[in-house]
Amino acid sequence: MIAVDGLRIRFGAIEAVRGVSFTVPRGGSFGLVGESGSGKSTVLRALSGLNPEWTGTMTLDGAPLTRRRNRAFYRRVQMVFQDPYGSLHPRQTVDRALSEPLIVHGLDDHDRRITQGLADVALPASARFRYPHQLSGGQRQRVAIARALMAEPDVLLLDEPTSALDVSVQAEVLNLLRDLQDRRGLTYVLVSHNLAVVAHLCPMVGVMQGGHIVETLSTDDLRAGRTQHSHTAALRALSVELEEA
Amino acid sequence: MLVEIENLHIGFRTPTGIAEAVRGVSLTLGREKLGIVGESGSGKSLTARSLLRLLPATAQVTADRLRFDGISILSATEGQMRAIRGKRAGLILQDPKYSLNPVMTVGAQIAEAWRQHQGGSKKIAKQAAIDLLSQVLIRDPARVADSYPHELSGGMGQRVMIAMMLAPDPELLIADEPTSALDATVQAEILRLLEDLVSRRGMALLLISHDLPLVGHFCDRVAVMYAGRVVEELRAGELTRAQHPYTRGLLDCMPTLSHPKPRLPVMTRDPGW
Repeated sequence: MIAVDGLRIRFGAIEAVRGVSFTVPRGGSFGLVGESGSGKSTVLRALSGLNPEWTGTMTLDGAPLTRRRNRAFYRRVQMVFQDPYGSLHPRQTVDRALSEPLIVHGLDDHDRRITQGLADVALPASARFRYPHQLSGGQRQRVAIARALMAEPDVLLLDEPTSALDVSVQAEVLNLLRDLQDRRGLTYVLVSHNLAVVAHLCPMVGVMQGGHIVETLSTDDLRAGRTQHSHTAALRALSVELEEA
Repeated sequence: MLVEIENLHIGFRTPTGIAEAVRGVSLTLGREKLGIVGESGSGKSLTARSLLRLLPATAQVTADRLRFDGISILSATEGQMRAIRGKRAGLILQDPKYSLNPVMTVGAQIAEAWRQHQGGSKKIAKQAAIDLLSQVLIRDPARVADSYPHELSGGMGQRVMIAMMLAPDPELLIADEPTSALDATVQAEILRLLEDLVSRRGMALLLISHDLPLVGHFCDRVAVMYAGRVVEELRAGELTRAQHPYTRGLLDCMPTLSHPKPRLPVMTRDPGW
């Protein structure tokens, strides 16, 4: 579904991404983990079309992605951001936020789609005419996911989708993402610094450091400690150590 | 006991009556590391801030006892409070980006805190600032002292905050989600640093966080708060033996590397908690 090969991204004198390659099968999930500044979010933003300054090749369904993307691309690929406080317009109701992608992509039957969209992410119908500040953090992130799904995309790019949430709410959102994928056959690329979150959702994980993917391994290998690179081993050791507390 | 809290209530007036955010919390803290764990809105930050009387002006606070080293916080004068805040009890907040002055070098900010509490010339204060930066394990303290906050990473910024809080040599350090904005690796480094400084200086630490396993790792005791109450208090090593369903829920709903589960258990909240 998605293939990225030799992706490089430069900001002025700094090369933030230095040759990143990975593939994601249709209906699959790929996780990118790493520390702040490792370049993981930058990869995601280039993939989503938010950053046109890249070199290398990226393909979606075999078709190469260009610097500028057409409307069909933005309908097929949607992004969910970390901060549900910052990514919803504070003076627009949920109804307005969910209408926007429908208007942009010229879809009809708004009323039915919005009702269905809210139900899909397990939000009550009463949330429809609320403002973001009237919702909890978890509800807001559900709205952000519902908005991403309005245009019926094939691919969701998830940038730290649960890092700003309480752990009990994180569990609900992770379960929701899993259910949505099962129901709709969505393809996910998930970026997070939390190894356990990535391992929960993705069977394959790329570990990033200094703009490189230093190791790509299966979640089973990661869980079992069959790591090749010292950075992967260090991240894993830390994660496991805190779990054993 | 350095800190004694007994039956603390904090409420806010709303159009429909008083909303109680903290409902009868009792805690004591000696020279040890106590963690308060709970989710957003559990009242953990309000409880900690009430110790420094740093609550919003609209908050209504009552307690049978609220003492810092024998001084009653509820009846202390503003002058007495100023002698406690910063000087005897320091507060570290979540996000160094918003807690540091963006137009002052970090060295100057630490030096200011140092002079406020210890006095002395600007030159001595500047040297003290560099010394404090090296104590929080910053490799190149002289260079960092001349940097502005935006030139530093999140982890560095948090070290600077800690250095500033150490300047007056406090007896109690309150850390309110000190690492929530940081990466897992940096998180562990900062907490190890705090742990080390606290034990070396014989300080007391009140660590507030939503991350139960993390707190269990770095504290001696953990108090779990839910909806304004302490629902369970545990020794850190006994987390796995937690009894309360809320504590169990917090532990179970986290995805882990070592125990994969296809679905994460979701908490059902009992209104009686």
